[in-house]
Amino acid sequence: MVYCKEMTKLSTAEDRVRHPEPSHHQHGVGVPIIGFILSIVLTLISLWAVMNKVTTNAGLVTLIMLLAVVQIAIQLFFFMHVTESKGKPWHVWLLGLGFAMTAAVVAGSIWIMTFGAEAY
Amino acid sequence: MPASVTNFATHFFVLGDPLIYGADASIVLVTLAILFVLTYFKKWGWLWREWLTTVDHKKIGIMYLIAALLMFFRGGVDAILMRTQLVWPGMHFLQSEHYNEIFTTHGTIMILFMAMPFIFAMFNIAVPLQIGARDVAFPYLNAISFWMFFFGAMLLNLSFVIGGSPDAGWVSYPPLAGPEYSIGPGENFYLLALQISGIGSMGTGINFFVTILKMRAPGMTLMRMPLFCWSVLAASILIILAFPALTAALALLLFDRLAGSHFFTMLAGGNPMMYINLFWVWGHPEVYIVVLPAFGIFSEVVATFSRKRTFGYASMVASLMTIVVLSYLVWAHHFFTMGAGPGVNSFFALASMIIGIPTGVKVFNWLFTMYRGRIRMTAPMLWTVGFIPNFVIGGATGVMLASAPTDYQYHNSYFLIAHFHQVLIGGVVYGMLAGMYYWWPKMFGHMLNERWARHAFWWFNIGFYVCFMPQYLVGLMGMTRRIYDYPGDMGWNTLNLVSTIGAYMMGIGFILLVLDVVYSIFYGERDKTGDPWDGRTLEWSLPSPAPHYNFARIPIVTARDAWWIMKEARRGDLTDVSTTEGVESVRVTQSKQTAPQSLKQSGPLQPIHMPKDSGRPFVLSVCFFIFGWGLVFQWYWMAIPGFLGILASLLARSFEKETSYHIPVEEIEKTEAAYGRL
Repeated sequence: MVYCKEMTKLSTAEDRVRHPEPSHHQHGVGVPIIGFILSIVLTLISLWAVMNKVTTNAGLVTLIMLLAVVQIAIQLFFFMHVTESKGKPWHVWLLGLGFAMTAAVVAGSIWIMTFGAEAY
Repeated sequence: MPASVTNFATHFFVLGDPLIYGADASIVLVTLAILFVLTYFKKWGWLWREWLTTVDHKKIGIMYLIAALLMFFRGGVDAILMRTQLVWPGMHFLQSEHYNEIFTTHGTIMILFMAMPFIFAMFNIAVPLQIGARDVAFPYLNAISFWMFFFGAMLLNLSFVIGGSPDAGWVSYPPLAGPEYSIGPGENFYLLALQISGIGSMGTGINFFVTILKMRAPGMTLMRMPLFCWSVLAASILIILAFPALTAALALLLFDRLAGSHFFTMLAGGNPMMYINLFWVWGHPEVYIVVLPAFGIFSEVVATFSRKRTFGYASMVASLMTIVVLSYLVWAHHFFTMGAGPGVNSFFALASMIIGIPTGVKVFNWLFTMYRGRIRMTAPMLWTVGFIPNFVIGGATGVMLASAPTDYQYHNSYFLIAHFHQVLIGGVVYGMLAGMYYWWPKMFGHMLNERWARHAFWWFNIGFYVCFMPQYLVGLMGMTRRIYDYPGDMGWNTLNLVSTIGAYMMGIGFILLVLDVVYSIFYGERDKTGDPWDGRTLEWSLPSPAPHYNFARIPIVTARDAWWIMKEARRGDLTDVSTTEGVESVRVTQSKQTAPQSLKQSGPLQPIHMPKDSGRPFVLSVCFFIFGWGLVFQWYWMAIPGFLGILASLLARSFEKETSYHIPVEEIEKTEAAYGRL
């Protein structure tokens, strides 16, 4: 019965999703390029560290995990625009859930792979 | 001919098995037939313009549906072959190796290439229409998702006749699936096919998550959404969070096989059990990914055919979201016997049992929705009602399996097989078939024949119990899964015989379903109203099939069951009118035939902004197929061009400016007038 008369308004609502304002209009194309270079550098550091065995095995694993966390941050801030939002910040909810579940998987996997060491 | 060539040909074309020669012949014949028909009727241009390049969610949904039904057939044939081999001890129908290949492809195809495209078909067909949108948020990505799935499925299916099927089970555990024990390309086919179609699944998950959150019609708050959309939102969250685990596990196993790394080997610091862990981090959410949309469909069907609003809407939403969180905390129940500590097993056993609570809430809500409703036993409702006892039995045996100590008895027995087929067939397949019957008129503009549908349902439903109830028993008697033969003196013979009879009955049910489709294409009742079921949600406010822009004017939603409320309001208006003279014309307006007439809307039409079709998703996916094929056989001369093709497609998209166009008002007017809605 009731149909919207303000079509122009609606089609911009669709446009916003389909054509999100290209971020380089706001920051210039530099931001993604910096992010791209940073992520490559991080990858090269981990490759270099492992190929040259710069420290003990445990140290290497810790180093790689730390670099991975930094990599996540770069992805989120340089490419995924986690700080930008029009309308409700749904992505923050999903990000929170994602972090909770990642924590559950990491902790759960470590717990499972101890194979009962905690019981003995 | 040199020996090396003969040897290559023997393995490449999998020589020596009559069943495979049969498959070869049928593939060649079907391909030739398709090519001939397309050329003879000059349909190549039509195929390219209307289907291969489309970004329309309705057409993509139809393609998903066709692919899912074809894969259902292939997986079903695998099942029939297995049951034929097991009908009696000492059968010489399949060789042991061939049996291994068939149970592997049966599982892989049914989960990843039947259930997944089937739910995606339903996502695509219903979600944008239900939330009052004109397409999904990312139509181009949607087309990529479909073609990635399609070529992934092709890659796996071709393995049967070229190179040899994977044969390490659908879970593909190392070390059996590792380089030492699975020689040849079979496992590579599995890994790359899943990886390629997994990219597509991930795309669909993101797409529908954004679509549902961002593209709802004005006034449609989250708590006014149809429950199917809620279930799709839940499944999309699970896809986004679960699929990366599978991607990681498969990629690492691929490195082990192709690059000689040691992630999952027994030596050199690897640990094959980590693969099992990662696989089920994805694998358990996966069963909820496929079953939650089925729950959503049941909610829609039950409300429509009971002529009542869903009982306990808020609790339905709450239970869906609870399942999303809980389903992520239960994965270790798939390997209680792997040797984790008692603390681990207790935690995961408890979490698995808790998940029965929100599921139980949903079952009771469906029952209470039916309670004192005006129930119409149509085909979608039959599948829904058939689902409930099925799922209750499957759920109860699931709680039995969730108990870690007793699971040591049930593990890998036919009891487990019967349990998960009961929830996956009884839940997912019944749900998808209910959805298919329900939305068929919306997709194709005609109904499926109810008489055929009832026959198909009863053959399938009775066949299901005949097939799987004996398997519970034979499982408790000690029969383990994945055996191609068994001793004749174990007391399993009769039960296996009965089970095989049931499998054939389900096969007859499927054939009847296909015949129903074929019959109805020619003789099915045409749906002129767009609302053949007297539906409650917005998709039924549109003509069938919906015009490609869906809504000429975006509806404004004021309540849950938006279309039902609109119809109620109109009935209210008409009652007032009927006191005056035009009673006759009012009766006509009220009847179903002319219901859409009263939808004549005020307000001028506006040009509609739509995405352009593109052939690139298809080309990109072909490149992925070439890349995947090259990696399967480690033919890098083939993989590298494929990879470059992928890069070129991505780059070309980045520099594309004109990706959308506007439909002019005149064209909308013409289309709407053709539907009699102007």
